[in-house]
Amino acid sequence: MTTPATPSRHGPDGLRLLLRRFARNRAAVFGMALLLIVCAMAASAPWLFPRNPLHIVGPPELWPLQDPRFPLGTDAIGRNIAALIFHGARTALAIGVVASLVSCMIGVGVGALAGYFGGWLDDVLMRITEMFQTIPNLVFVLAIVSVLGADIVTVVLAIGAVSWTSMARIVRAEFLSFRDQEFVAAARTVGMSNARIILSEILPNALPSVIVYASFLVAAAILFEAALAFLGLSDPTIASWGRMVGEGRMTLRSSWHIAAIPGVAILLTVLALNLIGDGLNDILNPRLRQ
Amino acid sequence: MKLRRHGGLVAATVRPLVRRLLQAIPTLFGIVLICFVLMSLAPGDMVDILSAEGQISDPEVLARMRALYGLDVPVPQQFLNYVAGVLTLDFGYSYRHARPVLDIILDRLPATILLMTTGLVAAVLLGMLAGAVAALRVNTVTDAILSILAVVFFAMPSFWFSLMLVVLFSVKLGWLPVAGMQTIGASHAGILAQLLDISRHLVLPALSLALFYAAIYARVMRSSMLQVYNLDFVRTARAKGLGERRILLRHVLRNALLPVVTLIGIQFGTMLAGSVVIESVFSWPGLGTLLLESVTSRNFPLMMGIMIFSSVLVILANLVVDIVYRLLDPRISTR
Repeated sequence: MTTPATPSRHGPDGLRLLLRRFARNRAAVFGMALLLIVCAMAASAPWLFPRNPLHIVGPPELWPLQDPRFPLGTDAIGRNIAALIFHGARTALAIGVVASLVSCMIGVGVGALAGYFGGWLDDVLMRITEMFQTIPNLVFVLAIVSVLGADIVTVVLAIGAVSWTSMARIVRAEFLSFRDQEFVAAARTVGMSNARIILSEILPNALPSVIVYASFLVAAAILFEAALAFLGLSDPTIASWGRMVGEGRMTLRSSWHIAAIPGVAILLTVLALNLIGDGLNDILNPRLRQ
Repeated sequence: MKLRRHGGLVAATVRPLVRRLLQAIPTLFGIVLICFVLMSLAPGDMVDILSAEGQISDPEVLARMRALYGLDVPVPQQFLNYVAGVLTLDFGYSYRHARPVLDIILDRLPATILLMTTGLVAAVLLGMLAGAVAALRVNTVTDAILSILAVVFFAMPSFWFSLMLVVLFSVKLGWLPVAGMQTIGASHAGILAQLLDISRHLVLPALSLALFYAAIYARVMRSSMLQVYNLDFVRTARAKGLGERRILLRHVLRNALLPVVTLIGIQFGTMLAGSVVIESVFSWPGLGTLLLESVTSRNFPLMMGIMIFSSVLVILANLVVDIVYRLLDPRISTR
């Protein structure tokens, strides 16, 4: 018999158990290692490449390993690709994390209110969710960027503002399944306010699903910004992998490495986050495991 | 008896569809509202943008233009006028094209539909095949390789993948055209030659669009097939002495398809968005490149028209998926 969900608060032992289970998933460990490398690149960028990566520093279209000063070569106007990649890692991670935080906050907020209170509030919030789900997300973001401009804050907020719908549905389902359980009823009997029940009683139980989905959201946000930058509609003052691929289109015939290298960086970062998400899903939602 | 069953089936299929169509009306109204609010956030109205470009400064001309575009009334009134227009399929007028927005959209729609349906069919076929093979050979090297491929393609930015395809197949090998939908200036001997030309142009964009979704479908197909194989009715079918082939085709595949069909509906919008990027890579003359033009030139009526029109497409696609699901799901259709 499975016990109905009781508030799950893992102590230090529980955490160690989870870590051990995570470590047994080879794909997830590989993803973690990849992500650590990307993080190290982001952290070391200002020391390794202290100059502005957008400045021209050498002859154009050098291939990797052609000149030891530019291990990954130079782009069409002679910028150091290695420096752009390292600084681009900072952009990708920052955008991924902040945009997914924005969509987590909206998604968890909407989902929690809809699932906990139900009734007309649920109807209204789910209708709004449906609207945001119906407008194709990239079309929406392009329109926002076109209207409000393509500075980095707008881009991040726009990505966050269109990516929260699935999170809202997941959190709503979690709240629906918890709100009528005994520990919530008990909390209500002792006079806890709705806000406290939502935040300190139900939310911790919904957290595993939120964490798993958030890791996928980070990956999706990175891909999203990359696509925008590729289309030339993200902030041009910041080193961005997607923009590098986009600019590499011009020299596809003579130097295809200029477009290829940043794409590999995007691929590996997104891959790492997805593998970690899968691993977290396995350990945090064992019910779903096959 | 047979007739009554048939009638029941039609009613069971039609009634929920009508309900969903009715539900779509407030959703659509909300979307129009969202679009309108967004556009009204723009600094300056359409006439400001046009006049800045056209170097018009005569206030009288500007006032006349505002009146012409209905911008001289309060914003709520503008909104109601716009809604009334949308209801009569009037999405406004694109000054830049000197044509109604709807005409421009309808011009570009076939190319996008062609790209999306080809991509979707390819994604479903490839994904189902890969997923089914992986499930039939579960825990073998084949399964491992297919799973790794699925994970990699799922993480791959489609615009980058399409560029790499161009490098390989167009630049290095010279097998397929780099961009466009037809060879420019080519006079085709007949309709067949033209179709061949278009399909040669279609291969790379459709493949770029398809592989990301094929990866998703493969993963879903694999796990749902493994699940279905463990269900009682498959065991029953085996106990009845049905051949493995029949079990696979009639029982397992049909049921394992259901989650894939659901996903197609959910992801239609993102696929439409994905085709925007792919269209830009291949200069495909569809809605995506039109949207990008309208975004960079800040052509708000056109942009809004595309937003609303693509939302309508998403709603319609979900209806179609709903119908297909009902036809496929044995629990609904055999009742």
